[in-house]
Amino acid sequence: MTSQNLTVEPRQRRPLRIAEVFLLVLALGGGIGGFAMVGLSIRGELPDQFWFRSMLLAVTALVAHVVLRLRAPWADQVILPAVVLLNGIGLSMIWRLEISDATGMAPADAAGNMQATLLGAIVAFALLWVLKDHRWLRRYTYTAMVVGLLLIALPLIPGVGQEINGARIWINVGGFSLQPAEFAKIAFAVFFAGYLVTNRDTLALAGPKVFGLQLPRLRDLGPILLVWAASLAVLVLQRDLGTSLLFFGLFVAMLYQATARSSWIVLGLTLFGAGALTAARLFPHVGARIDVWLHPFDASQYERDPGGSYQLVQGQFSMANGGLFGTGWGEGRPFQIPYAFSDFIYAALGEELGLTGLTAIVLLYLLVVQRGLKSALSVRDGFGKLLAGGLAFAMALQVFVVIGGITRIIPLTGLTLPFMAQGGSSLLANWIVIALLLRISDSARRPSDLPVRGQVSAGAPAAEPEPILVGSSGSDGGTPADVTPPAGSNLPRRRVTDRDPHGTPGDSAPTEHIGTDVPPEHRGGERS
Amino acid sequence: MNTTTRRLAGIVMVMFLALLVSTTWIQFFSADTLNNDPRNARALYAQFGTDRGPIVVGGDAIASSVPSDDEWNYQREYAKGRLYAPLTGYYSLVSGTSGIEQAENDFLAGSADALWVERVQNVLTGSDPQGSSVELTIDPAAQRAAWDALGDQRGAVVAIEPSTGKILAMVAKPTFNPNDLATHDTGKANKAYLDLLNDEDKPLISRATGTHYPPGSTFKLVTAAAALESGDYDESTVIDAPVTYTLPGTRTDLPNYGGTACSPSGEQSLADALRISCNTAFAKLGVDLGADALAEQSADFGFGETVDVPFPAVASRYPDPDSLTPDRVALSAIGQGDDVVTPLQVAMITSAIANGGELMEPFSVETVRDAELEVVSETRPSSMGRSVSESTASQLRDMMVSVVEDGSGTAAQISGVTVAGKTGTAQTSRDVSPHAWFTGFAPADDPQVAVAVVVEQGGSMGSEATGGRVAAPIAKAVVEAVLNG
Repeated sequence: MTSQNLTVEPRQRRPLRIAEVFLLVLALGGGIGGFAMVGLSIRGELPDQFWFRSMLLAVTALVAHVVLRLRAPWADQVILPAVVLLNGIGLSMIWRLEISDATGMAPADAAGNMQATLLGAIVAFALLWVLKDHRWLRRYTYTAMVVGLLLIALPLIPGVGQEINGARIWINVGGFSLQPAEFAKIAFAVFFAGYLVTNRDTLALAGPKVFGLQLPRLRDLGPILLVWAASLAVLVLQRDLGTSLLFFGLFVAMLYQATARSSWIVLGLTLFGAGALTAARLFPHVGARIDVWLHPFDASQYERDPGGSYQLVQGQFSMANGGLFGTGWGEGRPFQIPYAFSDFIYAALGEELGLTGLTAIVLLYLLVVQRGLKSALSVRDGFGKLLAGGLAFAMALQVFVVIGGITRIIPLTGLTLPFMAQGGSSLLANWIVIALLLRISDSARRPSDLPVRGQVSAGAPAAEPEPILVGSSGSDGGTPADVTPPAGSNLPRRRVTDRDPHGTPGDSAPTEHIGTDVPPEHRGGERS
Repeated sequence: MNTTTRRLAGIVMVMFLALLVSTTWIQFFSADTLNNDPRNARALYAQFGTDRGPIVVGGDAIASSVPSDDEWNYQREYAKGRLYAPLTGYYSLVSGTSGIEQAENDFLAGSADALWVERVQNVLTGSDPQGSSVELTIDPAAQRAAWDALGDQRGAVVAIEPSTGKILAMVAKPTFNPNDLATHDTGKANKAYLDLLNDEDKPLISRATGTHYPPGSTFKLVTAAAALESGDYDESTVIDAPVTYTLPGTRTDLPNYGGTACSPSGEQSLADALRISCNTAFAKLGVDLGADALAEQSADFGFGETVDVPFPAVASRYPDPDSLTPDRVALSAIGQGDDVVTPLQVAMITSAIANGGELMEPFSVETVRDAELEVVSETRPSSMGRSVSESTASQLRDMMVSVVEDGSGTAAQISGVTVAGKTGTAQTSRDVSPHAWFTGFAPADDPQVAVAVVVEQGGSMGSEATGGRVAAPIAKAVVEAVLNG
């Protein structure tokens, strides 16, 4: 719980979101400025339809701002400008590659990506308009699981699935190629959040202890094993290490967030590592990627085609050429990297914007992610905490996997850089993620008209049963109201702390004011 | 859950920190290695994509970059490719660079430190960098005269202005057309390059600066200089000049050219011996002077030094005196031993004599001008030291004048101009016709040009050739071109 909610007056004026307007102007300046400089540098004139396209981007940002002002006035004011800037820079680079006329850059399609951006923004902010409370999503916990599993199974269906560059992660719908995994990411985040918020205690505590490691009971683990199996199936059947890593990382991170069992992170990573190593041995496609990662400059790796290190090495050359300050928009040769407009847009940006530009881009992503995690900290309900934490972490992980692949921290995978790389699915899905994060942050920062902590014990019914504090992991062990048992559930050791047993999850908010940050010994009257 | 969320935020920080570190590693710490990787075409594109400055001779560009429609933006073109190939070298995607293209690359590409003001301007104005123009010391008339006079024969011509060291002409045949290598059609360029590499005549190596020849009788200038410098001889000192000279320690008899006697008396003055290029006299003189004296005098003329003109010319060589037996000393004194020279070196010997004994360092780049035609670099003549005393130089000049007046080099005479010279005929083996040499300078009293000419295996005259008949007329043509120009 941030201090804000504890110290401000309960009644606060709706923010005018002036900071957001100011930052949006800067962000649009960065994106549109890049667009203009590409045109001036390569063709000596402003790009075709420069004013139209720029206005379109500006109007989109303005509409998004207005929607936020009307429907989520308390939402974080930095996230939208950061994303608009990232998206604008990405579009400029795609257009820059498109007009390079280099062989291999033919599929670069800035106009198409602009449309996808608009579509993504429209869908995202329509969702923000309609979805007044993120907790509403909790009702669809298991629906989300099924949707997520269906989505990642789609590419395997003959006739629908498409194999591109050795990975079967695409589907073809009405002439459009979609990467359903991008949407599955959201569905799984919703599912994990809903599932874990309900079952986190039983997962953490109800099982047997083996070698000092608290294992969950098998029946509580069922849905989780299902998703773990699904992410391994992605690795094996679709030969896509990146998506698999993303799902698995999302899952482990949220599991840890919910249960505070750090040993599970170790266990999860070990399992995934073992799975990946086995896959590397069994599947040449995955094994080759690891060879490429370890020895990209070996002639044998460099010259192997397909599957060699040519792309990776060209990306390194590109970034090296950029150096500290880059060549400037349109002055480098980023089009020499295969797929510079999608998989390797980070390297392409590194050539023209330099280390300075890439640092700015990485920090922008970090800003968005940390703002998402901040919302997770501040929001009052456990579902919101898990959802915001999961979505933000998934974005961080995706950025890490993509950039880490390009800069050789980890093997290269098939993920795309959110908001920058060309690809409609990625744009649409990530804009939806932003809409959800904004919705949760609005809820987190909205001043509650309900009593703050000092007033809770006074206002709460005295007859309320004491919470059965079962957490044993320090200060985080018990956030009593985090868990709102679904109606009819009858778990043996669940905490019965609802002040208002008849309310919806949203109505249980006041109990959240028992600061989760406050160590148990300071909770005063809350404990016996 | 807030503690775990905070820990996740911490993990995210670590992940992003790792990304910043790895990005910095690539773009900063290993950037140089990556930029210099031979597989990185960017350096090549950066190099070949710039508006490279021209190489200029007498106000005309002999190498220039013209805009091209392909991905490289500029095509290097050589206006008179073969004529200037030994100077310009080539600028090729396939075979790299050579000659002035290589030696002056920083200026031609516009990347030299001296051009930093211009580069800052380019950064500020956003304009593309432009290379500087490199102006050569070459006299186009002399270059053309040398080229034409050499004709279809193989060999080389080097002309130097004695007082400064400016190279006025530098021709080598056979040579190559740099346009064949500069083409962006890499298939064609590759084939041309391989053909040139495999050619037995080695046309890629400039015969003017990159090939060793036995100096033949032109080395008698060095031997004579050593004699005069020793103080024991002057031009009128009478030395032995037998019909044959038995090489010391052997039973081999060294004859004179054509087996004739140098003098009825069996002895003659040093001046006469040089005038008619008497082998027996100089072989014995060399033995009398000793290998150390010859080696020292050779070094004073620049032997053993790699001269950058500005591309490097291979060093000429006089063998280690300690390794020489007296018979080898005798042969080396007439340029038939283990001593080897480049045509540039022979021109330097003559140039030093013409310049009163002081050897000026030869150079071919006169000025470098930036894109605004401001002079950014100008070569100042510099001395390589004194080769011989003024009196030695003056006596050698007189002796060389008599060579052309009524000795072995009469073919170099020019009416109205006193020409000083020395012929040479260098035997390489019994079966092969000898190389014909001529080196000289003119006018003798106010030298404007020193020339060295070598024609391999006697050129069109075959075994009948002597330096006097084959090489002297070529030198004469070059001298005339310089003096008339």
